[in-house]
Amino acid sequence: MSAVTKEPAVAVARPSAGDDGILGYLRGYGRKVRGGDMGALPAVAGLLVLCIVFGLARPVFLTAPNFANLLTQAGPVVVIAMGLVFVLLLGEIDLSAGYTSGVCAAVLAIMLTNNGFPWYVGIAASLATGLVIGLLLGFLVAKVGIPSFVVTLAAFLGFQGVVLWLLDEGTNISVRDSVIIALENEFLPPLVGWGLAAVTVLGFAAVQLIQRRNRHKRGLKADLWQVVAFRVIGLAVLVGFAVAILNQERSRNPLFSLKGVPIIVPLVGVLLLLWTFVLRRTAYGRHVYAVGGNKEAARRAGINVDGIRISAFVICSAMASIGGVLLASQARSVDPNTGGSNVLLYAVAAAVIGGTSLFGGKGRVLDAVLGGLVITMIINGMGLVGWSSAYKYIATGVVLLLAASVDAFSRRRAAASS
Amino acid sequence: MGTPLLELRGINKSFGPVQVLRDVAFTVQPGEVTALVGDNGAGKSTLVKCIGGIYPIDSGEYLIEGRPVHVHSPRDAAQLGVEIVYQDLALCDNLDIVQNMFLGRERRSGMILDEPTMEQLASETLASLSVRTVKSVRQQVSSLSGGQRQTVAIAKAVLWNSKLVILDEPTAALGVAQTAQVLELVRRLADNGLAVVLISHNMNDVFAVSDRIAALYLGQMAAQVKTTDVTHAQVVELITSGRSGALGLAEKGVAA
Repeated sequence: MSAVTKEPAVAVARPSAGDDGILGYLRGYGRKVRGGDMGALPAVAGLLVLCIVFGLARPVFLTAPNFANLLTQAGPVVVIAMGLVFVLLLGEIDLSAGYTSGVCAAVLAIMLTNNGFPWYVGIAASLATGLVIGLLLGFLVAKVGIPSFVVTLAAFLGFQGVVLWLLDEGTNISVRDSVIIALENEFLPPLVGWGLAAVTVLGFAAVQLIQRRNRHKRGLKADLWQVVAFRVIGLAVLVGFAVAILNQERSRNPLFSLKGVPIIVPLVGVLLLLWTFVLRRTAYGRHVYAVGGNKEAARRAGINVDGIRISAFVICSAMASIGGVLLASQARSVDPNTGGSNVLLYAVAAAVIGGTSLFGGKGRVLDAVLGGLVITMIINGMGLVGWSSAYKYIATGVVLLLAASVDAFSRRRAAASS
Repeated sequence: MGTPLLELRGINKSFGPVQVLRDVAFTVQPGEVTALVGDNGAGKSTLVKCIGGIYPIDSGEYLIEGRPVHVHSPRDAAQLGVEIVYQDLALCDNLDIVQNMFLGRERRSGMILDEPTMEQLASETLASLSVRTVKSVRQQVSSLSGGQRQTVAIAKAVLWNSKLVILDEPTAALGVAQTAQVLELVRRLADNGLAVVLISHNMNDVFAVSDRIAALYLGQMAAQVKTTDVTHAQVVELITSGRSGALGLAEKGVAA
């Protein structure tokens, strides 16, 4: 056995001296990107390019009213995409998420308008509908063992029928409840907007600093303070800039004021915070990633794989139901097309553009927000430029394919670099 | 010699009409590497899965540190300090080393994952095994080489204060340098006082690290001998025909 013990362990490229400072951090980041882990980079680059292109083509694209429009327009897609991230993380797909939101919106409208229930009962009913749908889909996928593609394709068709049936073969139910309408159509008072911005930035800074201190206390390698400062200042600038623009007067009519952060923004912010916390800081979230990465390894580690899969569909459908409420609020009515046509495609595209992998195991809830903004900018910008529906469909399809290619490419890159 | 850490007596296991293990006796001492050898189909995997609680045994005694125990599930085995590192390693490529090592048994403070504690424990475990080949415990497993993955899988097994670690062909897919690394690690596990079972087809590996060799032949334990008492050729003979001179099974198939 002496032959073995004498052999020195072959060390893998030790970190060079420069790996400690900011340069080292940047070098590490560069390595990560080259290795195929591009994170939010494509989405952020896409946002910038779109701003420049559409801003040049139609200067109105870059004005405060259109910015507010963009955010409210993105709301439902982003929320549905957040739910889809969970399903995509497992390497599954939910093609029915769009019509799930339609069914839930129809339930909401029927509860509110036809039966006169208060808004919270309506939301509870539509959320419950979403949960039941998610349980059903999850059960069929995890326990019966039908591929999710087939289950949700069947549900996609079925729910289209359910919406028609709920709406008596296609009537349009208007939604007049002021709370529901406010979700997509009202704005925060400017001071509240600033207050929220301050809370967000300070909260983020506190979390970052506490984490850093905890790691330091244990003698673990912590983020450089410069990096932490950069993150906090970056967020502060971004949030401050956005609030400043949104707090500008947008009304052309002097008798009537229109300014402030859309209510949907803090709503999406809370959902983002909640699901990011669940995915990154809880054992449940860790297990979602594990099941998406290697189902067999997860099973051997004692993780309830079926439970995780069912729960992902439940979360997806529940988020779709919230998306449905937002769609109803946006249109101020529910019709058989609510949640139909492009909603699902946009939501899937949002998640993928943001950087969530279609192969499972990789993705963040933030991806849904970034990707949702990209998709909405494309739709909004093409509308302003005056393109016909034909071009809009083609362009959106191409963007989805592009995002999926980036995904496939980075996956190959990651496989090759290991 | 003290009490063996693991002692199996008269283990029988059948799948339907096929008897895979026949009256198998097997002992593993703490602080030693016991190589389990045998041809394909000799019953090595079945024996290991019986030890690990994946297959229930039909009859026979299973003793840990001299106490009879009943193992019905992998969880039972884990509680007794038995960990198995399978050939396919079962690591999640998309998680980092710490996350893999604690998968399914995450440390928490309240509802929140206790990342600093996990990272510290993982680093300590790797350090105790003198692993110097991984740059950062926060590296994703997808970026590791085959030998590093094996190292992580072994470290994961050791993390749980296990007493017996069973390694299923840990060097089968590795190059020369990485094989040396992993064997060095295997030796170190035993030197740290653990009982190690090494399943291998490679006689060089077996002779390089093992203290004892147990040879299975068609579901029977042909012989369990000290590595220093036998030659390469004798072990090969035990594997292929179940006997070698005075060693091994008698002509009629009764253990010598």
